[in-house]
Amino acid sequence: MWRVATVIALRDETPTARTLTLDVPDWPGHIAGQHVDVRVTAPDGYSAVRSYSIASAPDSHAQIELTIERLPNGEVSPYLTQVVAPGDRLEVRGPIGGWFVWRTEQYEPVQLIAGGSGIVPLMAMIRSHVSTKNTSQFRLLYSVREPEAIFYRDELGALSKDKYSVGLTYAYTRKTPKDWQQPPGRIAAALIANATWPSVLAPTCYVCGPTSFVENVTALLAASGNERDKIKTERFGSTGERK
Amino acid sequence: MDIVSRGFSGRRSAENAKLPPGQYLTTDFPVLSAGPTPHVPLDRWEFTINDGNRLLRKWDWKSFRELPSETTTVDLHCVTRWSKLGTVWEGVSLDTLLADIHTDASYAMAHSYGDYTTNLPLDDLKDKKAWIAFRFDGRDLEPEHGGPARLLVPHLYLWKSAKWVRGITLMRQDKPGFWEGLGYHIYGDPWREQRYSGDA
Repeated sequence: MWRVATVIALRDETPTARTLTLDVPDWPGHIAGQHVDVRVTAPDGYSAVRSYSIASAPDSHAQIELTIERLPNGEVSPYLTQVVAPGDRLEVRGPIGGWFVWRTEQYEPVQLIAGGSGIVPLMAMIRSHVSTKNTSQFRLLYSVREPEAIFYRDELGALSKDKYSVGLTYAYTRKTPKDWQQPPGRIAAALIANATWPSVLAPTCYVCGPTSFVENVTALLAASGNERDKIKTERFGSTGERK
Repeated sequence: MDIVSRGFSGRRSAENAKLPPGQYLTTDFPVLSAGPTPHVPLDRWEFTINDGNRLLRKWDWKSFRELPSETTTVDLHCVTRWSKLGTVWEGVSLDTLLADIHTDASYAMAHSYGDYTTNLPLDDLKDKKAWIAFRFDGRDLEPEHGGPARLLVPHLYLWKSAKWVRGITLMRQDKPGFWEGLGYHIYGDPWREQRYSGDA
């Protein structure tokens, strides 16, 4: 069923990504990692629907946050990231998806690996982990084009100061910060060895990003001894573009 | 519901009008999978048909590729809302693979390397509606898209076209497969927009 959602706040994460806080009065709750369908409707009745991952932890009743990356040729994402204002109403359906999820009853080590806007469902997992004081150990390896493309930078920085929240490693594919030790490039075996849980700890791995990113990372995780049934993936696009 | 999104006009195209409800047209070929891509060597590949108790048919890659194959041009509709039109595949018809099997089963569960499963009525695999496809667009099927071979059932949402397929179990009673057990529709007809469980 479709529910009416009212936009109550906007926050820019990067020059091309914006977080929408939605008030959904009869929201049934969700699990970190799930997504929603969002329907927008023009005055003549024409509508378009796209799926977006939920960024917020499940504990915020009747409110969800979506972080949406603007695609240059998108039909819906330019509207949601540039036009929508507080007070506007959309429709949402969900939550959807029961596979790429992290539940607060999980206690094994968790390895999160994000490429670009693939961070969004993983951020929901981190927030859920922190807000429930769950004791499993979290690590995040977050690959971005350049420092300016990092979502949730301040929040991740603060959380990573507490080792019980999340261990954080950035990787840069095009441009690094000043004084960065590594040249930019895609994630390689050495980084997997240094920045992810050893496979003997049997972590559950969540990998989300563009298809080529996910193919590369999952092959490296398997090569370093992770069981394939412990690797969960969510891919978008064949060209690295999100709808 | 009369919820109008202020300032949204959208992009209407003639092509979209020919698509199932809620779909939009894409020209590239997005990849969606729940886990790592399995890489199955051809010398270890096999395809079997069983009824839950007995093995009924079994092919290795060589004997499978000696079966008569067909080229078919079909439209693909993914539940994540993209559609891709006029895709060209080569594969072995399920009519060929199921020929001479006598069964009272009405349903089938497709199994894949990597442990993916999906269920569908047996009738949906018959009468030139389904193939085990091994070539796409004139080339051997890439592992990311389900190679060496995938099920192709284009009249249903694409999650029913199991990648890396390794066999089919014939069943008397329907049973949910992987996504069907995680909130997606048991049948998945794009023209009736059967995306999620609960859709009519």
